[in-house]
Amino acid sequence: MSFSVTEPSGRQKLFAGFLVAFYALVTIMPLAWIIATGFKSPADAIAYPPKVVFEPTLEGYVNLFTTRTRASDEALQERGAPETWYQRIVRDKGMMIVGPSRYGERFMNSVIIGFGSTFLTVFLGTIAAYAFSRFKVPLKDDLLFFILSTRMMPPIAVAIPIFLMYRQLGLNDTHLGMILLYTAVNLSLSVWLLKGFIDEIPVEYEEAALIDGYTRFQAFCKVVLPQAATGIASTAIFCLIFAWNEYAFAVLLTSGTAQTAPPFIPTIIGVGGQDWPAVAAGATLFLVPVMVFTILLRKHLLRGITFGAVRK
Amino acid sequence: MSISPIERAAATTPPGVARRVKGLSDRALAWIFVAPTILLLLAINIFPLIWTIRLSFTDYRVNRPNREAEFIGLRNYERILTDGDIWISMQATAHFLFWTIFFQVVIGFALAYLINKKFRGNDLWTTIIVLPMMLSPAVVGNFWTFLYQPQIGLFNYVVGFLTGADPSSFSMIGEVALAPWAIVIVDTWMWTPFVMLICLAGLRSIPDSIYEAAECDRASKWRQFWTITIPLVLPFLMLAVLFRGIENFKMFDLVVQLTGGGPGATTELTSINLKREAFEKWRTGYASAYAVILFVTVFGLASIYVKALNKVKER
Repeated sequence: MSFSVTEPSGRQKLFAGFLVAFYALVTIMPLAWIIATGFKSPADAIAYPPKVVFEPTLEGYVNLFTTRTRASDEALQERGAPETWYQRIVRDKGMMIVGPSRYGERFMNSVIIGFGSTFLTVFLGTIAAYAFSRFKVPLKDDLLFFILSTRMMPPIAVAIPIFLMYRQLGLNDTHLGMILLYTAVNLSLSVWLLKGFIDEIPVEYEEAALIDGYTRFQAFCKVVLPQAATGIASTAIFCLIFAWNEYAFAVLLTSGTAQTAPPFIPTIIGVGGQDWPAVAAGATLFLVPVMVFTILLRKHLLRGITFGAVRK
Repeated sequence: MSISPIERAAATTPPGVARRVKGLSDRALAWIFVAPTILLLLAINIFPLIWTIRLSFTDYRVNRPNREAEFIGLRNYERILTDGDIWISMQATAHFLFWTIFFQVVIGFALAYLINKKFRGNDLWTTIIVLPMMLSPAVVGNFWTFLYQPQIGLFNYVVGFLTGADPSSFSMIGEVALAPWAIVIVDTWMWTPFVMLICLAGLRSIPDSIYEAAECDRASKWRQFWTITIPLVLPFLMLAVLFRGIENFKMFDLVVQLTGGGPGATTELTSINLKREAFEKWRTGYASAYAVILFVTVFGLASIYVKALNKVKER
């Protein structure tokens, strides 16, 4: 079609494109600022007016991963010349490294709890979604609504008894406890999304497999699962992102061994208040993977955030 | 959903035969597949909820485990509903809910409308715009306190640059008059893309033929917008409002990092207020009653809203 009454004119397109690009640039500023601040020296980070051009340094990253102490010149001399680049950065400030910080541990906790709960959520979600999609489950609609309604509870409201229950079971501040909790939180998303994806796979494929002598279970594994692979993958990424970002339960139920990064990053402090380059460095390492996943997921984004209610 | 011949066969075949022929019967498989999910949700959602309801009738305090909890009937509920502090935080929540939804709907719809003009590169810009939405609210909220610093903060600098005000003359998160807007700004920044994506799906679902027909009838663009675009996007928009409403009613992480509820109690949303009662003052029984009230409120409002949404859809 060369001409259509519904096609916007060239001028309209240009105008719309300009406005949207402007909004995008404004909205990306805080994120760009986080990444830039991670490479600033503490003095540059709090300079007035805010510095757009600055000399990049890895000081923030070094501070993020180490604990340091101020040392006298003699004490520094005694230790000999700094051996590595990060020791040199710290030494230039008249300080020395006394050990690693807790950021690495907290980040690993986020990884373990994020991936552990994602695996469990997607596994349980897939089989439940398959059953809801293909079988006559008694009270199906009620059960599905019940699963969705668990998402409406404010986390703090559920946190009180979970705190008590976990204390009794010895699950407070453990990886297992957090994995189970995040699995329960994300199951509603996983079941609803995956049911949508499985509903879209024609039933005829399985029927053909059943006629060929497959058992129902074999048909599920060999026919349905490969067909649902994209749906399962995007569901997994959504669950991972939600578990990764979760803060309320993490801050209330973990304090040490199982604490994840979101409650930890805001507590990174330096001399006289928050060490902003280190905070920004920690935030960058924590946020960038999610940005990459978001870009990879953009086709399924809408579906994921609306629990499958809106499909494109 | 129609019943497939296989399912009908499975339903009519005696279970013993079915097992021999097909391994597990469909019925057994359905239960095995659904049970773990239901059990986990019962253990980690429903059991705690029932426990909360039970605690809400007592004066139990977690930090005094040795003291016997006493059953005090509805006294907690009575105290909450007559407590001025709680009404203040309800008001703060209402302010936050109303204005975040208002801005997100207006800006989100406008962006979707513009993106739907299908200019070149709209995919790229859309992807950039959605980024804030997927990030950790706590980590991002914490960083916004840096952007909001008087003098050195980027936000204050930009506002100062545009309006000519002195960037150190105001503190978005430190002043009673500004703090409620500080949290509205950050939430709008984060979640406008959510409303935008849903509106975009709505706009794209409208077939061109409707506009072509309107064009034949010589309806003006303005009229087309109000009689075609808006009514057809409305169900999508209402769904977006439902999601944002529930999420922002539960709001905790972003705001607790931004303002911690302060200054005073100006941004102390109900979740933050509840956290204080439960995990700082350790008034477990009282906080449980509070939690029940919040849950009933969100559930009740959501159900009423869904009914309205379905009515709009039916039209």
